[in-house]
Amino acid sequence: MRPVYLDNNATTRVDPAIVEVMLPFFTEQFGNASSMHAFGSSVGGALRFARQQMQALLGAEFDHEIVWTGGGTESDNTALLSALETQGGRDEIVTTAVEHPAILNTCAWLEKSRGIKVHYIPVDSRGRLDIEAYRRALSPRTAIASVMWANNETGTIFPVEVLAELAHEAGALFHTDAVQAVGKVPMTLRDSEIDLLSLSGHKLHAPKGIGALYVRKGVRLRPLIRGGHQERGRRAGTENVPGIIGLGKAAELALLHMDEENTRVRALRDRLEKGLLQRIGNSFVTGDAGSRLPNTSNIAFEYVEGEGILLLLSKAGIAASSGSACTSGSLEPSHVLRAMNVPYTAAHGAIRFSFSRDNVDEDVDQVLEALPPIIEKLRALSPFWAKDGATGFSPSYV
Amino acid sequence: MWDYTDKVKELFYNPKNAGVLEEANAVGEVGAISCGDALKLMLKVDPQTEVITEAKFQTFGCGSAIASSSALTEMVIGKTVDEAMALTNQDIADYLGGLPPEKMHCSVMGHEALRAAIANWKGEAWVDDHEEGALVCKCFGVDEGMVERAIRINGLTSVEQVTHFTKAAGSCGTCVEAVEGVLARTNAAMVAEGKLEAALAFDPANSVPAPRRARQKQSPLAPVKKGSLTTLQKIRLVESAIEELRPFLKRDGGDCELVDVDGDRVLVKLSGACVGCQMASVTVNGIQEKLIELIGQPLRVIPVPSH
Repeated sequence: MRPVYLDNNATTRVDPAIVEVMLPFFTEQFGNASSMHAFGSSVGGALRFARQQMQALLGAEFDHEIVWTGGGTESDNTALLSALETQGGRDEIVTTAVEHPAILNTCAWLEKSRGIKVHYIPVDSRGRLDIEAYRRALSPRTAIASVMWANNETGTIFPVEVLAELAHEAGALFHTDAVQAVGKVPMTLRDSEIDLLSLSGHKLHAPKGIGALYVRKGVRLRPLIRGGHQERGRRAGTENVPGIIGLGKAAELALLHMDEENTRVRALRDRLEKGLLQRIGNSFVTGDAGSRLPNTSNIAFEYVEGEGILLLLSKAGIAASSGSACTSGSLEPSHVLRAMNVPYTAAHGAIRFSFSRDNVDEDVDQVLEALPPIIEKLRALSPFWAKDGATGFSPSYV
Repeated sequence: MWDYTDKVKELFYNPKNAGVLEEANAVGEVGAISCGDALKLMLKVDPQTEVITEAKFQTFGCGSAIASSSALTEMVIGKTVDEAMALTNQDIADYLGGLPPEKMHCSVMGHEALRAAIANWKGEAWVDDHEEGALVCKCFGVDEGMVERAIRINGLTSVEQVTHFTKAAGSCGTCVEAVEGVLARTNAAMVAEGKLEAALAFDPANSVPAPRRARQKQSPLAPVKKGSLTTLQKIRLVESAIEELRPFLKRDGGDCELVDVDGDRVLVKLSGACVGCQMASVTVNGIQEKLIELIGQPLRVIPVPSH
């Protein structure tokens, strides 16, 4: 049986076509783009082409709006810190309670070390943003609003175009962490008011360690990494040439496969979801079914703990992930599910299946066959599980 | 992915003694679903001999929680109540061949459940035991008594370790100061009792970690062995050492030949691919290290021109 990889929101397999275009840039065209000789100039041309490939995927107006970075996290850090520097006199950030740690932990650090005030906008039980609270939090003190395009755990999509307009009404910059959305949601940034957008290569079948920050023309940017004049002084350090070439190709392929993500991949996801809910009682889908990434399904299985599910799935050759506390080393279940008020009885047993264009029908069949007995086995072990739904567990202390 | 031992995996994939023990006369329940793990331990104790004849468990939790529970039941069957009481969480972890540090709280949960079950059998109110100290961590319901016990049994000296063992301060973080207080007090008491080195004890006033003990670093020129060799003995040793190294050099198309030994200076001639190789100095250093190791005396290897 082929291994079933359903953890594409964590990382994707590098497309062999991408590896192929990268290879010459290790051993043949290994020059430094800044060098004044033939080795350098051929690389410079290739970098420009990659930028145009990314420009096309994002629907950006200019190719120079793309700044290559070391990944999504670096892009997120750059956006927040740059906004605080360029938006003189504004010392507040508006963001959401369900952002990726790249945003949340940077905000927490800014609160602690610089006294920046951060507003964390709540979500409802389906993971939808409280737009009224967002509007109220924006003020002349807001330097930047940062809202993810789509949530990594549930796939819920946020109306970033509207949120960007609201931010601009308050004179604030708008940034979106689009790491999960790029390649799955069609984008035309030239028609939007989004100022800054973060993306990551390894979620797009490109390698790890390469990403980009879209910076709308006219938006001032202060580099996070200082040094040489690379990337027009916006990101110092010799370019990760093979990575950039790979990410450019990944952008081209993502554009080519965008329809497939929203048809064939979506159908796989839907079939898995429907099948699991039919076969396993006391389970439900988390997130906003009405506005969700086509590849992501987050299902909560009540009265079981996620790590056990993942270990047994892994034994059956299936890779998925969990918002469970035990798998991450943190002790609390996923902050996203907690923000959605998913009860503890279910939050600990939430499993995320995330597809990509690499997945096929048989993958879904395998999970539909393997998972129901796993849940049954773990529920039989659980003191909270009783067939009548009542719990026979009454600890003398908690 | 956690680095679980084979024993943990074995007891997770095929847990022993899982399920309900209908005839249990000692039941301990600890944890809560909100905390992410909970354990119901059911024991059957022979009233005459006080021997635990049967044990079963039901656990909600991660792989290591299920394995710890299963291990606990295996460990207590056949033991008397008093013998079982003497078990610690470390015994459970040892039985499993160790647990990742972040998962030590699973073994602590097992230990707590055992204490609760035995208290239940003795007809004692387990709750009282947990009121001896104030609640430290509200998120996970950890009280002072449990923190102190974990510190003492396992010799903990940092808040991070306390979190790994008890989960206290692992969520909202508001009780970090309280945990630090218990740590400082308990460590101080342990130092006074001679159970902990003073330098290792937690000191809230000092956030700089204690210096590591100076490493016994051997300079390449420092003598390793005592006793002196005659020049002839030394030459023979150097010769045989170089003979040992030559196959490795030859594999890369090079070679090495002993020219002279003059005090602690060993003159060698590199030949073949070694000549003009950018790595020649690395090779010479390698030869020097190897010779020092084999001969146990300080030496300096000096390459001489091969023509």
